[in-house]
Amino acid sequence: MTNHAPRFWRSIPQRYNLSGTHCTCCNEYFFPPRNLCPNCRRGAHLEEYTFKGTGTIITYTTIYNATEDFERLTPYNLAIIQLDEGPKITGQIVSSSAGVKIGMRVRPVFRILGKEGDKGIIYYGTKFAPLLEQSCAEEK
Amino acid sequence: MRSVSIIGVGCTKFGERWDVSLRDMIAEAGVMAIGDAEITGEQIDALYVGNMSGGRFIEQEHIGALIADCAGLSRLHVPSTRVEAACASGGLALRQAVLAVASGYSDIVIAAGVEKMTDVSTGTAADALAAAADREWECFFGATFPALYAMMAKLHMRRYGTTEEQMAQVAVKNHHHACMNPIAQYHMEITIDDVLKSPLVADPLHVLDCSPISDGAAAVVLAPTEMARRFSEEPIKIVGSAQASDTLALHDRRDLTTLDATVHAGRSAFTQAGIEPRAVDVAEVHDCFTIGEILAIEDLGFVEKGQGGKATQDGMTALSGCLPVNTSGGLKACGHPVGATGIKQAYEIVLQLRGKAGKRQVDDAQVGLAHNVGGSGGTALVHIFTR
Repeated sequence: MTNHAPRFWRSIPQRYNLSGTHCTCCNEYFFPPRNLCPNCRRGAHLEEYTFKGTGTIITYTTIYNATEDFERLTPYNLAIIQLDEGPKITGQIVSSSAGVKIGMRVRPVFRILGKEGDKGIIYYGTKFAPLLEQSCAEEK
Repeated sequence: MRSVSIIGVGCTKFGERWDVSLRDMIAEAGVMAIGDAEITGEQIDALYVGNMSGGRFIEQEHIGALIADCAGLSRLHVPSTRVEAACASGGLALRQAVLAVASGYSDIVIAAGVEKMTDVSTGTAADALAAAADREWECFFGATFPALYAMMAKLHMRRYGTTEEQMAQVAVKNHHHACMNPIAQYHMEITIDDVLKSPLVADPLHVLDCSPISDGAAAVVLAPTEMARRFSEEPIKIVGSAQASDTLALHDRRDLTTLDATVHAGRSAFTQAGIEPRAVDVAEVHDCFTIGEILAIEDLGFVEKGQGGKATQDGMTALSGCLPVNTSGGLKACGHPVGATGIKQAYEIVLQLRGKAGKRQVDDAQVGLAHNVGGSGGTALVHIFTR
């Protein structure tokens, strides 16, 4: 991984809290934050927005062969999740004993994502876990 | 705009070339192309070279000047430009050369591509390739290149009923084609069972669904069509050259089972050429993973969306089919030295249209197409060639 401290610190609000942008002109939400709205461009009105973090799995894979930074995690699940506000995001799916499925509802969880060796900085950020609302609703 | 033709081609053997350097390979391909075109160094107006990551693979940047030097053109001070669009760097170099000649600014221009990937460990190579994805918002979370294509495959299977066997058939076919191509990395037939029993890299993609890490170089020489016959008895016209972009990250795309950059570049190239997809006799498409070829034949309009797997299974894209695809063996089996791939595709199409493709020759090939993708679809290039 080629991230270093300043590069990571810049992205802390987005990585810790899923902070993005909302364009009040076209009402589209963006994650990560954008400086330009691709719909309205210079005519945009962008405001900061923190996502709820809940979303739906659009597609996924299980990775068996990873880069050196992630080798210790294999096999792990990676998915593209559509957040409830609209934008899509790539993230790992954790604690899913029932397996990962397209259409599964997920919620954000705060996790270690990597570290720069034993003495380097630790990268924290968001992974996703199954949302229990569906199974709870079914039981009732 | 002037019509542009290819008057000479050259390509090294692709594979794990531990005995040669990037410098050796680019010189070999360049000398072959220049010899094929029967031109002299003094006639060359400009060079464009596609190279994705000399900095990561051999710790060497400034590849433009390096190749002019290696090609023996430094004392002529020929301008030389390195262009980069990840795995589409070669296709982009070809397009830059086409624009230079078409505009009238240059007459004889070389488009080359080179990558030396096996001087570093597989892990370092994989990380260098991952830089073609979104480092901050894909790789940071553990995405790998196979994983991105695996996620496209998973959704394509769910939505259109594409099967692992159909994807495996792409690899089986391309290995078969590669057995007839002397420059190919692999001369080894494989079966669907071999693919499905090979280790999973990122479900549903197995090792044998993936293109390899390779070394290689290729070069083509371009000239205005009006001058082409002075140099070559069988110049090949470039009748369409198009490039399109899309979001860097896969997750930001409109549809995760379509490469919109391919759709747009394809339409633009077909419009320039004034032909329909069904007029194409032979195509080289970007099969970095087997699902990539299935997406490509759909997005280029050869089959309807969702029918790529079935068409492959039915043999449409085999050498004996109605549209032979990846007769070189494709990225999968001919090898994928990333910067060289787009130029090697043009090399293969030129051989086919000249009728010089040996055992893998497509009967009476008149129209050929080359399709080169950067990353997971952030860049696409489509070129159309005719006799």
